[in-house]
Amino acid sequence: MNSTASRGRAGVIGFIVAETSLFAVFVVAYLFYIGKSPTGPYPKDVLELPILGTICLLSSSVTVALATRALAAGRVARAGASLFVTVVLGVAFLASTAQEWHRLIAERGFTIGTNLFGTTFYPLVGLHASHVILGLVMLSLCVVFACSGALKAVHAERVELVSWYWHFVDGVWVVVFTVVYVVGR
Amino acid sequence: MRDATPTSEQSGILAVLHDWVVTVDHKKLGIMYVVTGLVFLVIGGLEAFLMRLQLARPGLTLVPPDTFNRLFTVHGTTMVFLVGIPIVFGFANYLVPLMIGARDLAFPRLNAFGFWIFLFGGALLYFSFVGGDGLYGAGSAPAVGWFAYAPLSERAFTPGNATDYWNLSVLVTGFGTIATAINLIATIATMRAPGMTLGRMPVYVWTMLTVSAMTLLILPPLSAAQIMLLLDRFLGAHYFDTQAGGSAIIWQHFFWFFGHPEVYVLMVPGFGFVSEIIPVFSRKVIFGYATLVAATVSIGAVAMSTWAHHMFTVGMGGTLNSFFAASTMLVGVPTGVKIFNWLGTLYGGKLRFRTPLLFCCAFLFQFLCAGLTGIMLSVAPFDWQLSDSYFVVAHFHFVLFGGLLFTIFAALYYWFPKATGRMLSERLGRWHFWLLVVGFNLTFVTMHFPGLLGMPRRIYTYPADRGWDVLNLVTTLGVPLQALAVLIFIVNVVYSLRRGAPAGDNPWEAWTLEWATTSPPPAYNFAALPPITSRRPLWDVQHSDDPDGPHE
Repeated sequence: MNSTASRGRAGVIGFIVAETSLFAVFVVAYLFYIGKSPTGPYPKDVLELPILGTICLLSSSVTVALATRALAAGRVARAGASLFVTVVLGVAFLASTAQEWHRLIAERGFTIGTNLFGTTFYPLVGLHASHVILGLVMLSLCVVFACSGALKAVHAERVELVSWYWHFVDGVWVVVFTVVYVVGR
Repeated sequence: MRDATPTSEQSGILAVLHDWVVTVDHKKLGIMYVVTGLVFLVIGGLEAFLMRLQLARPGLTLVPPDTFNRLFTVHGTTMVFLVGIPIVFGFANYLVPLMIGARDLAFPRLNAFGFWIFLFGGALLYFSFVGGDGLYGAGSAPAVGWFAYAPLSERAFTPGNATDYWNLSVLVTGFGTIATAINLIATIATMRAPGMTLGRMPVYVWTMLTVSAMTLLILPPLSAAQIMLLLDRFLGAHYFDTQAGGSAIIWQHFFWFFGHPEVYVLMVPGFGFVSEIIPVFSRKVIFGYATLVAATVSIGAVAMSTWAHHMFTVGMGGTLNSFFAASTMLVGVPTGVKIFNWLGTLYGGKLRFRTPLLFCCAFLFQFLCAGLTGIMLSVAPFDWQLSDSYFVVAHFHFVLFGGLLFTIFAALYYWFPKATGRMLSERLGRWHFWLLVVGFNLTFVTMHFPGLLGMPRRIYTYPADRGWDVLNLVTTLGVPLQALAVLIFIVNVVYSLRRGAPAGDNPWEAWTLEWATTSPPPAYNFAALPPITSRRPLWDVQHSDDPDGPHE
């Protein structure tokens, strides 16, 4: 491993630790306020399990891993295809979140200011969604580079760092899903 | 980098300015951090001066009450976020790559980002004096205290935008600090020179590794809490809104989960300075390197679970109070170990009482006092009596002023020759030292007593019949001495930059790698590194007949 790569790895690990710490506080706030809303609607009234979106997001971790493996083996076209599938799955997840928020906000009139549940729900899920968007921007760049021919096997370590971030975003979703849709409901 | 930029048309001051603005060099950024921090130190000091003038006698009307609130809020925020953090991380910027034999930090551009976002954050805080009024006419500059307790800092109780300036300022400086912490960890983890094993790293580098790791764990929670406060204030969320069922206490937990470890993030690098300076001026190896490193890391670990000792008076209940009292006392153990390390190094040494060592000796006494009052305050019932009194104010000024600032001055006298190639004047240094020691102790030893007599902090004046008058007057009388000391330091810097004695590569006959290169070091730091086979590579170069390696 060359020193640039190990530097990048150390940097991304540090970044992920800091991000974990950021999410932890939003999760703690959510857990702390479960059941403390004096008025409805309550989670069990409005939330539905986002099964499809979750399946999409979690399987995108597999495709991004396939992409880094293919790139390390020098198979750029295959890596590009896997990256593209990853982006599609990520967008599908975002679409399911958007649909959920549209239903909650536009149809039920349930917003961040409605009660404590809304106060803790939107920032937690929204913080995660914003991280998905950031990851999608980086993954889309990788796809563009793969199409333009700029992406080469020597970049495998860099794409791997993007994939670490993406795995982290997926891992956070497992926690958010458990806390918001299982424990909190 | 510099070669790539067309500077041919510019000359003189513009070229120099351009050079500093576009730089990604860790040494220049380090100097910019420290100088900016010192400028904010003077500003924060002037704010304190005004408050002390107002409190010199009972019933004065020099500073109106709402201005007084703004002064202590901005003073506290400035000293922690715009003085402590940039100076600590600025020194790390400068020293860590040199001490481990690296060319630069791992991510130089990220480093420049960290500095400029910090400067922007600082400007934002002070812009609130001008722009905080906003469209509301609700008063400029934040007045909610440096820890901005919610719900007091909610829109209902603090209208206008002043609090938002506080919030955004601290938020963006936090982003810069997180970036720098990541940078330092990556540098220390991956860029050490051949032979520079973890066990041979200077203690100072260990302290920066520890506090950078702590920073990654504690600063994002503060950012999160601040984002919640912004959501409350701007989007009508209810995180800290008690009428909607929100908690009046959870902000305190979030804030102090950052705020207490933050004290150690500031203080532990000060321990690092002392651990570098005392051995050099005692002409001995540091006493108990391994225990010192272990104590550093355990302070970092234990400090993460002491935060709620700031909250004994909110009614957490016996179990939590006991836990946090015990964990706070526990931090005293590794800290005590360090005091013995330093005393053991001084003991039997050929002491050279130059200015850096003078500051270190004053630090030892004053920090010990700070630690002892800290143990007193960790006893929950004692804290019930004295929480939010001037006793607490005196305690944490002993930590951050008598402890941290004294080590920073020691470090400035010690590394100034390396950064500039010139020595600071010893004569002016002694004046600086003695005036600061006398002024500091006059002010802050005395300040304990009105606290014990029940004087609360953050009051803009007090009645004459409480027995606090003379004590407050004496407290204020120490301030001009400290101001004069800092003025002498500034004169010393300006004078020595032009007229100081040339330093040479290694004026103190020190042993760590930064003294192996020229003063100031070239952009690439080292043309060639000495072999690193022990903790004191330069000692080995000077004493090839008896190198340190076999003794470690």
